[in-house]
Amino acid sequence: MAKIKGAVVVNKERCKGCELCVVACPSKVLALQPAEVNDRGYHYAFMQNPDACIGCASCGLVCPDGCITVYKVKL
Amino acid sequence: MYMDINDIIKPENLVYTKPRLMNDNPMHYCPGCSHGVVHKLIAEVIDEMGIEEETIGIAPVGCAVFAYNYIDIDWIEAAHGRAPAIATAVKRLNPKKMVFTYQGDGDLAAIGTAETIHACNRGENIVIIFINNGIYGMTGGQMAPTTLEGMKTSTCPYGRNVALNGYPLRIAELVERVDGTCYVTRQSVHTPASIRKAKKAIRHAFENAMAGKGTSMIEIVSTCNSGWKMTPVKANQWMEENMFAKYPMGDLKNV
Repeated sequence: MAKIKGAVVVNKERCKGCELCVVACPSKVLALQPAEVNDRGYHYAFMQNPDACIGCASCGLVCPDGCITVYKVKL
Repeated sequence: MYMDINDIIKPENLVYTKPRLMNDNPMHYCPGCSHGVVHKLIAEVIDEMGIEEETIGIAPVGCAVFAYNYIDIDWIEAAHGRAPAIATAVKRLNPKKMVFTYQGDGDLAAIGTAETIHACNRGENIVIIFINNGIYGMTGGQMAPTTLEGMKTSTCPYGRNVALNGYPLRIAELVERVDGTCYVTRQSVHTPASIRKAKKAIRHAFENAMAGKGTSMIEIVSTCNSGWKMTPVKANQWMEENMFAKYPMGDLKNV
C-alpha cells in the first residue's frame, strides 16, 4: 500500500507562536516549544510527532507569517 | 519503512512554501493576524497569473499600511479611505495594469465609504479587497461601523448599542446593489478549506479586472485577536460563532 510521509520545516525566527498551525494540523504533528523561545521571544512551532506527518500542508496554508515549508514523499 | 526526515526535505518533494513574491521582511502584524494569510494569497495569485510586472496595489491607512513592505510589486499608499479614488486614477491612466486596493474596515467602511461606493458605481475595473474584522485594529481597538451589536470595544466598553451607535454596516450587501460591480463575495481565511476558497475568489476577481468587466469586491471576514483580546485560536472560534451570523459567507453577485 502506498504510504505518504511528510515533513514540515518551520522558519523559527519568523514564527510568532500564534498556534494556528497546531490547531489546523489533522494528525497532531505540530506543537509550540514549551520552554525555548526564538530571538524575539516567541515560543515557536516545531514537529513534536514527526512520524505522523502526511504532508497535507494545512499548517502552511493557515500560517499568517509564511514560516512553514512542507515536503511530501510517497513510499 | 523507516525514513529519515532529511530524505524527505528535498526540493523535489516540496509541496508548500512561502510565496515567491512575499519577501523576507518580518511582518509587523500581531501573531495570528489574518492579514498575513491574505497577503500570502494575493502574492500567490499574482505569481500564478504571471502579472507581477503589471500589478499595482493601493495600500490603505490602518494595520495594512505596510503591505508594501511585504509583497514585491508596485504599491501606492493612499490617504485614509481614498484608496478606491487613487485606484481609479491609476487604472484609467494605465488601463493594461492590474490595480487592486487592500483596505480594512476602518478605512473602507468608515472614512472611505463614499469613495468605495462611487468607485463601485462607476464600475472601475479594479479589485477591492476588504478586510472586515469589526474593529479599528491599529489605533487600539475602537468601535468601527462594522462592529457587531453588543460587541465590546475600547470606545463601547458595555457593547455596541444600536440606539446610540446604529447597526453594523454590511458593505458587501451595499455594493452588491450598485450596477458597476461584477463580482461581490464574502470569504474568510480561518481554515485550510476557507483559505483555498478565498484564493479562488481573489483569482476570479483579478481575472474580472483584467477582462474589464467592472469592479470586484472581496470582503474577507477576519480576526483581530489583539483588539478582541483573545488568543488567535479563540478569535477564530469567536468569529465563526458571532461574525458569520451577521456576515454570511458566499458570493453575493457574480456576473
